[in-house]
This record gives sequence, structure tokens and C-alpha cells, in this order.
Amino acid sequence: MMNLSAKRLGFTDAHASQIALAVDEAIVNVMKHGYDKKLDGRIWLRLTPFGAPTTGVEIVIEDEAKQVEPDDIKGRDLEDIRPGGLGVHIIREVMDDVRYEKRPEGSGMRLTMVKKQNSDRGTANVRPNPCNSCDC
Amino acid sequence: MADRDPLNVSVSDRSGVTILSPAGEIGYHEAPVLQQAIKSAYDKKPRKLVIDLTGVNYMATPGLATLVEGLQISKKNNTPLVLTGLTERVRAVFEIARLNTVFKITSNVDEAVTL
Repeated sequence: MMNLSAKRLGFTDAHASQIALAVDEAIVNVMKHGYDKKLDGRIWLRLTPFGAPTTGVEIVIEDEAKQVEPDDIKGRDLEDIRPGGLGVHIIREVMDDVRYEKRPEGSGMRLTMVKKQNSDRGTANVRPNPCNSCDC
Repeated sequence: MADRDPLNVSVSDRSGVTILSPAGEIGYHEAPVLQQAIKSAYDKKPRKLVIDLTGVNYMATPGLATLVEGLQISKKNNTPLVLTGLTERVRAVFEIARLNTVFKITSNVDEAVTL
């Protein structure tokens, strides 16, 4: 749904995929860490295009789960190859602006993400693997 | 009536090389199915494990985490793990997570089997 919505707003296929991935990662994080895998926790998702014509989109994800300090929400060091901990890194890599904050209602967190149509996030600084077919 | 698995993973063998071929999306709900398939494959002690991702049109970090776990088992068992058939969309996720430099990745199954 996110992928299609982003394309309808004029994002390229690549950017639409990135937006869908970032939203997926954010929601999974709320489910796993915020609600400790409880399946009935509420999550709100709001997508608001900006610019006329549209130049970008703001996505807000809110929950009623436990609150944490926004500064404690970090991606892990990628040199440390292990499962898990990649979601925040991916969100920060593909979105132009990412902001975590506590909801003023006293419970839950709010994640605000922005993606611009002229964004180059998520595409640069890829180290090529010279040894995809050898035992380096 | 049993619930249908959220992910279909077909298993084949070619000269002692086990090839797992998941199909569809690999996110939060699907990753455990792939995880189990990988573990079962390693239990049979193949000489190599190839995971053919040609049929995977979307992968989120639970899928990546499962593949990293597979790599850890691979190193522990000294059984090579090769990924193949990454679509552009899946490759992009690997690159963002810098995992494209960690795994052996080939373009097709034949190359993965004979590597």
C-alpha cells in the first residue's frame, strides 16, 4: 500500500520502495520493542504530501507503547555483523529527515519521517564487493 | 486445518548442494519460516547451501537478520553459504545495510552451485 501510494504521489520506483521499507521497519520496531510483540497494540500511520505539485511526503507513525528517550534510538554499528538492529539504520539511510519524540499524551512515541522527491538518500556510498565470487 | 505458512520455501538438491528457493516477501512474519528452512537444511549437512532469492520481491530487516544467522551457522559448520538471484530491490536493501560485502553473492544458481 505504501509503495503504491508513494508512486501515485510521483515518487520513482526506487524511492517508493525505500518509503515502503522505512515504514515497514518502523512499524516492526514498534511491534517488537514498543509493544514487546503484543499483536493488539495500536499504531497510527499518517502520510501527508507537501508541495504543489508534490515535492515530498511526511510520514508520521504513532503508538501507545512504552516511551523511551529519543536519543537512545540508534542504529547499530554496521561493522558488527550480527542479526538484528538494522531497522533504525535503514530508516535513517533512506529518509531525508527522521525525528523520534515522546508523544505529549504521556504514552507512546511519535516517529516523523520525510522523503523528498529529489532525494539521493539510500543510493550513495556503496562499497563494491570485489570478491562476490571468491573466498576473500 | 493447519494454517498456511506465510512463506513458501522450496528445497532442491544438486550434487550434494542444497538449494533453498523462497518465494514472495520476507518480512516480520515470513522470516521465521526461512529461518527454520535454513536450520533444517544445515541439519542435513549439505556440502554447500545456496539460497536462491530470484523469487523474493521484497525483503525487510527480519529477512536480512535471518540470512545473517544463516551465515553464522555456515561459519560454525564450515559449510559455505551462497546467495543468488537478488532482485534490484532486494540488492538495494543489502547495500544499505552493507551486507552486500559480507555474503558471497552470484547472479544465478548454476554459478552458486559451481563456485
